[in-house]
Amino acid sequence: MASSIRVRAIANGEITEVQTLIQHPMDSGFVKDDKGEFIPAHFIQELTFEYDGRKVFVADWGTAVSKDPYVKFSFKGGNKGDDLKVSWIDNKGATDNATVKIQ
Amino acid sequence: MSMIGSTAQIRLCCLLVPMWLIASTVSVPAAGSEAEFKAAFAAAEAAEKEAEGLRNRWTATEAALTEANKAADRGDFDQAISQAKEAEALAKASIFQDTNEKDAWKNLEIR
Amino acid sequence: MSVRSWLKLALAAFAALALSAISLAGAVADKPDPVADANAFRNYFVKKFPNVKLEDFVNGPYALNEDMRRQWLEKEQFPPYEFSLEMGKELFARPFANGKHYSDCLPNQGIGIRQNFPYFDEKEGKVVTLELALNRCREANGEEVISYVGEEMAALTAHMAFTSRGKPFDIKIPNDPRALEAYQNGKRYFYTRRGQLNFSCATCHVQNPGERMRAEVLAPALGILNALPIYRSEWGGMGTTSRRFTTCNSQIRGVPLEPQADEYRDLEYYLSYVSNGLPISGPGARP
Repeated sequence: MASSIRVRAIANGEITEVQTLIQHPMDSGFVKDDKGEFIPAHFIQELTFEYDGRKVFVADWGTAVSKDPYVKFSFKGGNKGDDLKVSWIDNKGATDNATVKIQ
Repeated sequence: MSMIGSTAQIRLCCLLVPMWLIASTVSVPAAGSEAEFKAAFAAAEAAEKEAEGLRNRWTATEAALTEANKAADRGDFDQAISQAKEAEALAKASIFQDTNEKDAWKNLEIR
Repeated sequence: MSVRSWLKLALAAFAALALSAISLAGAVADKPDPVADANAFRNYFVKKFPNVKLEDFVNGPYALNEDMRRQWLEKEQFPPYEFSLEMGKELFARPFANGKHYSDCLPNQGIGIRQNFPYFDEKEGKVVTLELALNRCREANGEEVISYVGEEMAALTAHMAFTSRGKPFDIKIPNDPRALEAYQNGKRYFYTRRGQLNFSCATCHVQNPGERMRAEVLAPALGILNALPIYRSEWGGMGTTSRRFTTCNSQIRGVPLEPQADEYRDLEYYLSYVSNGLPISGPGARP
């Protein structure tokens, strides 16, 4: 239950379709709290999907991406039963990753 | 259906009338004093208290009361009195709305 | 001259007709007939949107806007409310300090019962909503109450709604004049204009469903509570019925009442009753 990453990958002929939901505050740094102080920016900077040792999707994110981001994309290749790895690193240096089997 | 709509419009006009009357009777004092502000604010607060009793306050009224106090705090009594009178007018309009809606709500009801 | 007198006559006849309609309306409204109300309510929306299936009204704007519907269906494969739902399941299962659980306070251990709320408590003589029941359970077991508009209550009610997904709303009005009065109060609240913008709930959700209010598409009032609590993208999280009622009030520039005020409880009672038979679709996702 500690993982911030939900991921599902479905092989569909020549392509694999991937959906991800990531739990992260994605604070922009522009919002004030109840005391009137700015909540410091806290956001995912890089999101990476790896298959078969190579990066199939890399996202460079900033403060414009909203809380609990959802990503959907497809990549060529990917066989049922193979591993797909997801990892992210945020501006505070925190990281998380998850590996899922392609369905 | 349109008949009921027209009646609602007539009632909406009635809602606007008191505000027009209130606005036309407000006269801007030559130079506002703290005493005048206190009187205007007390009147506004009394009206808002009545609206609170009816559980029908407007956020605009609350904002005007806050602005009135802020202006008074910095010594701008002209502005403070103006805001207080605005607050009173808004509070009275919200009271009128509540009274009017006691019957008017049935016009919107689906039958 | 003749035009003027014709106009006068027309206006007088108009006013007379309007007045008689109002007095007729007044007479009808004196004795509430919830069954007739619910039928009329349902028929109004079914007639207004003939291409929408009855049970689809619970999906709010997605039932009325094709483009939004497509985006929503796609997101439902991986819904944004998953985190809150999981948190709600954990919170529901967590014991109180005295060892008891929410399931000890609720019928059927709290599983699959959301569609029966709100109900009229004849002992207390008032409407009891799900949120109220949960906080009362906490109090009865020595716990502090949680905010009606906060994350925790949203997660709990999300979990309970999820266990009732698909079940039709089954709100009962017992043969008790106080229950009828609560129902009527809720109905009156729904149609009463309030706030500086002078809107009633009906202004948006009866007169203008499917239309845009700024960037949002307005939901129809039929089935509007079935999807609650909702994950709103605007809120960046899950929000309760109480949160929706209070924020709607402030959006039309009315000072909101306290969450779970009598007025809100009665409003939830009325709105749920007129949606009887429509399936629970909560927790929902909205823009």
